[in-house]
Amino acid sequence: MSWRPACALASLLLVGTTAPAAAQQQGQAPILVPDVSQHQIELRSGFTGAELLLFGAIAYPGGRIPDGQIDIVVVIEGPRTPITVREKAKLGGLIWVNAESNSYRTAPSFYAVASSRPIADIMDDREAYVYEIGLKHLQLSPLQVGDTQEQLRFRDGLIATNMADGRFAQSTGSVEISQKLLYSARIAIPASVPEGRYDASTYLVRNGKVQAAEETEVVVAKRGVEQFISLAADRYGFLYGLAAILLSLGLGWLAGVLFQRRQ
Amino acid sequence: MDIYLPIANLAVNGFVIIALGALVGFLSGMFGVGGGFLTTPLLIFYGIPPTVAAASASSQVTGASVSGIFAHLKRGGVDFRMGGVLVFGGIFGTGAGAGLFALLTELGQIDTVINIIYVVMLGGIGTSMALESWRSVRALRSGKPLPARKRRHHPLVASLPWRWRFYRSGLYISPIAPLILGFLTGVLTMLLGVGGGFIMVPAMLYILGMGARVVVGTSLFQILFVTIASTMMHSVTTHAVDIVLALFLLVGSVTGAQIGARFAQKLPPEYLRLALSCIVLLVALRMVIGLGWRPAEIFTVQPL
Repeated sequence: MSWRPACALASLLLVGTTAPAAAQQQGQAPILVPDVSQHQIELRSGFTGAELLLFGAIAYPGGRIPDGQIDIVVVIEGPRTPITVREKAKLGGLIWVNAESNSYRTAPSFYAVASSRPIADIMDDREAYVYEIGLKHLQLSPLQVGDTQEQLRFRDGLIATNMADGRFAQSTGSVEISQKLLYSARIAIPASVPEGRYDASTYLVRNGKVQAAEETEVVVAKRGVEQFISLAADRYGFLYGLAAILLSLGLGWLAGVLFQRRQ
Repeated sequence: MDIYLPIANLAVNGFVIIALGALVGFLSGMFGVGGGFLTTPLLIFYGIPPTVAAASASSQVTGASVSGIFAHLKRGGVDFRMGGVLVFGGIFGTGAGAGLFALLTELGQIDTVINIIYVVMLGGIGTSMALESWRSVRALRSGKPLPARKRRHHPLVASLPWRWRFYRSGLYISPIAPLILGFLTGVLTMLLGVGGGFIMVPAMLYILGMGARVVVGTSLFQILFVTIASTMMHSVTTHAVDIVLALFLLVGSVTGAQIGARFAQKLPPEYLRLALSCIVLLVALRMVIGLGWRPAEIFTVQPL
């Protein structure tokens, strides 16, 4: 097996138990008190995207604010799904068609990260891989093994495509920290955001290590008419089709009648 | 006016969609075609996913053909027997098209196939229509009428067994020929979201040899039922019909179709055909460029 799944497993164990917990036991780790501007993003008619505000306070043990730099990283991650990435190639020097493809088992459907400074300046690659902070450090679990050069190309392609669609984003500077006590971060949610339960994570980083991590949930869901239509299309295909047909017949007939009268 | 499309999962400007529908409706009313061959590519250019575009465009074609068919029914311009055979073939065609659609989607080649079919079909039909109408326009200008084309069906059609009489079309041919024609149009309807009128009409005239009086009405009859079948097939298999998108397209197109039909009465048909062939060729050209140009995104992401 390649090292990626092994690393993913290790990161699971680490996030779950060791890293921030160990620091907390020593009684010197700061505590994050995070909140998010909305726990529900409703996709309704007129939805053209939203801006999520993640904010909160940092509580230090004994109330002593430490010397040196602290950094905040926030990550919004959509549900992970299996995907196929296809690469277009020129066929016979004439037309562009999908040629090779790579599949991934756990690609996030949405991933946006914002940090107070560039991630490379805050922590080393190892720490970033453990917490999957930054697009470069996502664990996608590719289904194919072998040629790493090709895997890298597809990985970069996937990230670039999703960034162009607004589904992946990485930014610095939209995180503000005041007095090392309060922080706020803005993350833009595009109109094409997929539905599902999102994890909004906040990390406090100091001296290259994640010192505290907190997670909240944000639900992205269609509501109202949009929810009804989407459910009907998925579950009651026949009735939905019937409704679409009657709508088109009705409107066509109505236009015919109305215009006939006017003549 | 921003509208969130619940199946396409994106926000669009409602006025743009209505305007797009009106433009296509205007052309369809003017030229007597469904206009699906314009709707699907225009929706894709606008950013609607190809599957949703093809699935929703067929319900727009249904709406546009309804009002047209009443006029033809009144004049007795529909050969029900011929139409019935075509629809029968067409419904099987949409079924086969659905299978093909699923297969091509799995292979990741659906977009390329859609584009290539468009280029071949629009290019071929546009060219022959342009040449034919150009000759008629020249004849009209010089005052020398063209020799009347003899109405007869293709020799291949004549060789098929079990002949039926199609009284209104003035034909005595095997139903296998229109059955195959209907089947192929059904496949295209499912794949492209077109009604297929721009293939059906020339095929009826030059392959089946039907009387010109019933060609347009019978073609509309077939389009109406096959697009209904295709909307249903998409609703049940791909779940990609966006009813909100269809509603906005319909509002524009049924209005546009009426205006287009009034407009058409004021222009000589030879010029209309020449104009239509230019539009068809432009769409084909845009598709060729799309195929040969290096795409902005080399990679595409598809859920498994």
